[in-house]
Amino acid sequence: MTILKTRPLLITAGAAITLLALAGCVPNNASSTDAAGAITVDSSADDCAVSATTATSGTLTFSVTNSGDQVTEFYLLADDGLRIIGEVENVGPGISRDLVVQAQPGDYFTVCKPGMVGDGIGRASFTVTGDKVQLAGDVQDQVDQAAVNYVAYVKDQVGQLVTGTQTFLDAYLAGDDQKARDLYAITRANYERIEPVAESFGDLDPKIDFREADVAEGDEWTGWHRIEKDLFPPAAADNGGVTYVPLTAAERQDYAAKLTTDTQALYDAVNASDYTVTIDAISNGAIGLMEEVASGKITGEEEIWSHTDLWDFQANLEGAKVAYEGVRDIVEAKDPELVKKLDDQFGSLQTLLAEYGNLDDGFTYYNDLTPDQVKQLADGVNALGEPLSQLTATLVG
Amino acid sequence: MSDPTTPAPSTSGISRRGLFGLAGAGVVGLGVGAAVDRFVLPPTASAQENAAVYPFFGEHQSGIVTPAQDRLHFASYDVADISRDELVELLQDWSAAAALMTQGKEAGQFGAVSGNYDAPPDDTGEALGLPASGLTITIGFGPTLFQTADGTDRFGIASRRPAALVDLPHFPADMLQDALSGGDLCIQACSDDPQVAVHAIRNLSRIAFGRANIRWSQLGFGRTSSTTKAQQTPRNLFGFKDGTANIKAEDTGVLSDQVWASGSDGADWMTGGSYLVSRKIRMTIETWDRTSLREQEAVIGRTKGEGAPYSGGTEFSEPDFAATGQGGAPLIAKDAHVRLSHPDQNSGAQLLRRGYNFVDGNDELGRLNAGLFFIAYQRDPREQFIPIQMNLAKNDAMNEYIRHVGSAIFAVPPGAHQGGYVGETLFGA
Repeated sequence: MTILKTRPLLITAGAAITLLALAGCVPNNASSTDAAGAITVDSSADDCAVSATTATSGTLTFSVTNSGDQVTEFYLLADDGLRIIGEVENVGPGISRDLVVQAQPGDYFTVCKPGMVGDGIGRASFTVTGDKVQLAGDVQDQVDQAAVNYVAYVKDQVGQLVTGTQTFLDAYLAGDDQKARDLYAITRANYERIEPVAESFGDLDPKIDFREADVAEGDEWTGWHRIEKDLFPPAAADNGGVTYVPLTAAERQDYAAKLTTDTQALYDAVNASDYTVTIDAISNGAIGLMEEVASGKITGEEEIWSHTDLWDFQANLEGAKVAYEGVRDIVEAKDPELVKKLDDQFGSLQTLLAEYGNLDDGFTYYNDLTPDQVKQLADGVNALGEPLSQLTATLVG
Repeated sequence: MSDPTTPAPSTSGISRRGLFGLAGAGVVGLGVGAAVDRFVLPPTASAQENAAVYPFFGEHQSGIVTPAQDRLHFASYDVADISRDELVELLQDWSAAAALMTQGKEAGQFGAVSGNYDAPPDDTGEALGLPASGLTITIGFGPTLFQTADGTDRFGIASRRPAALVDLPHFPADMLQDALSGGDLCIQACSDDPQVAVHAIRNLSRIAFGRANIRWSQLGFGRTSSTTKAQQTPRNLFGFKDGTANIKAEDTGVLSDQVWASGSDGADWMTGGSYLVSRKIRMTIETWDRTSLREQEAVIGRTKGEGAPYSGGTEFSEPDFAATGQGGAPLIAKDAHVRLSHPDQNSGAQLLRRGYNFVDGNDELGRLNAGLFFIAYQRDPREQFIPIQMNLAKNDAMNEYIRHVGSAIFAVPPGAHQGGYVGETLFGA
């Protein structure tokens, strides 16, 4: 669909996140500033005042307050003064934000960078004493590999989408509506598996997957759901009291051509030589896909004419599982409990959904589900969604 | 009791029936922790708040720039097949009852526990012993009062429909339910005590039976806007401060520019009135609660704790939309709510917001049926709510977490003069 726009995590933060995954740090919420042992950092116009110069190894919280009048950044640097162990960026004047790091014994530097350019000011030594902290090993290789694998998956799905869409549209244009109806949901599965990727390209998702209600008055409604309504025409009572008028052959041509063009644009975008994904974009993609299920599929809002919401549900679930498994090993080293929970919940939800069919043989239509069945599926989505929401924080933390 | 024409709230703390209320308070004080204390202890902040009394009569209707009370009961009505004279009588009856109830008195000639022993009491009684609790009752007229969907002019007022009382357009992603939208008449009852607000709607609805019937109604339990500078900014169910940049009662220039209708706007009878838009906005809070703090703050464009704009400062600092961070990207994102709803992005248009949080139990999926009952007052929805909402509906990052399920618009006439009735400028003389 949809109005759901899973934001590709801060484009600007992408590079930094990769580094952070190495060092293990994440900006934390405000409550941890109250925790005992929090180190305060006052980033002013001409200083970077850190409340301590030493600390014991383990989890350190730097509570950074910008008392200057420029946007600032705070860095914890390794003993070479170059390698970034942790950072917070984009701290507006007057605003406080936390940096949480897992710090090993050793010598470090702290530095602030008001204005976000230059070498920074107030560079000071910072020493961590105590025992070595057990941390996951160097995960850079795993991070790189996860990105490579996920990009390959996306390209494969979009490639299949291009050919599947063509087959579907051929039937639609030939007037073989029954065949087009049969192909509708299964073809969309390639899209639904990687929908957050399409959403990251701004205009493409609205053109390809907007529902009728998403469209502003005066704007043109195009894409899959426009054709869906034509293939599964509603009774007047379900269409605001208006008798549905089928599309003419010329209109079918027009919408088919547009869907072909927009799908090709998606293909071109993910096959661009510089196309890549960040590690957090992968994990947020998994989270976003299950949010799609929770908001659009479990409510029957996505496929209001065809009622094929469970096909989308299955595809979203598969896409989320692929994204999750791409980062699973990295997460497992950090939080095996979370991984166990996620493995269990992915399995349980798939088992539950399989009671209603599969992509090869088809699913129960949404409007044939009883309220109890829908509730049971919704409970399963919540059971997975809650631990899944911790995935990115654990991954980059 | 204060003179009802006095604009300032009284804080005398006298209950509906004076000392009579003592017995009742302890029993009736549902949901109000301070219900007993307010009578036996020196005045506390909350006791004083609950003792507030606002005039019903005046230049403007109360309940607009009145300091936003904590609780809401809003009702929309369909008018039955009645004559113009009968409609006027209803408005007169409503105004008379509202004038009593807003002063902490019982509705009707005999009130709740007097009168003919073989007749039901005039007043339903659940507010006996409770003070006025800042009750305001605000009455509005929907587009269909002037002309029904099929063009019928039931009350001979179609020609006097203000141009600003438009039918709202379809906004992208609207999921409006007919049963939660529209209406010929509305009553907004606000109070610091939920029982007092419900009592008002209950009694006004009873008075209307046979002449108007409830189409839909909404309870709200926590104000989501401040309408005076002395009030703290409350939080909505996203956990963020809401209404920081609202129009406040002290901004008299802005009020006359953006809130009060003027004779020069085309409908004389609306001079001193305003236009109310209500939207029932469901929040998918379960999804929101699984969203990182980073995303939550980026969607709003403010910090969650302080409420400071992402560009820096504290809650009441002006957002700097030009400020950029790492890589030249704006600190307040292009699709952040605070950016898209800011007057600078909307040709200077502002709204006086007066919304409330709601939780109507849960839906069939076990999700809290929760959200924001948005209420906004303005001088002309064509220049204010409609373009602002069109901008938000198309671009706001928050849309991922909300659904507009109900919608209505009403012309809120000026206040009635002492002994008059709301709507007299339209129906009188």
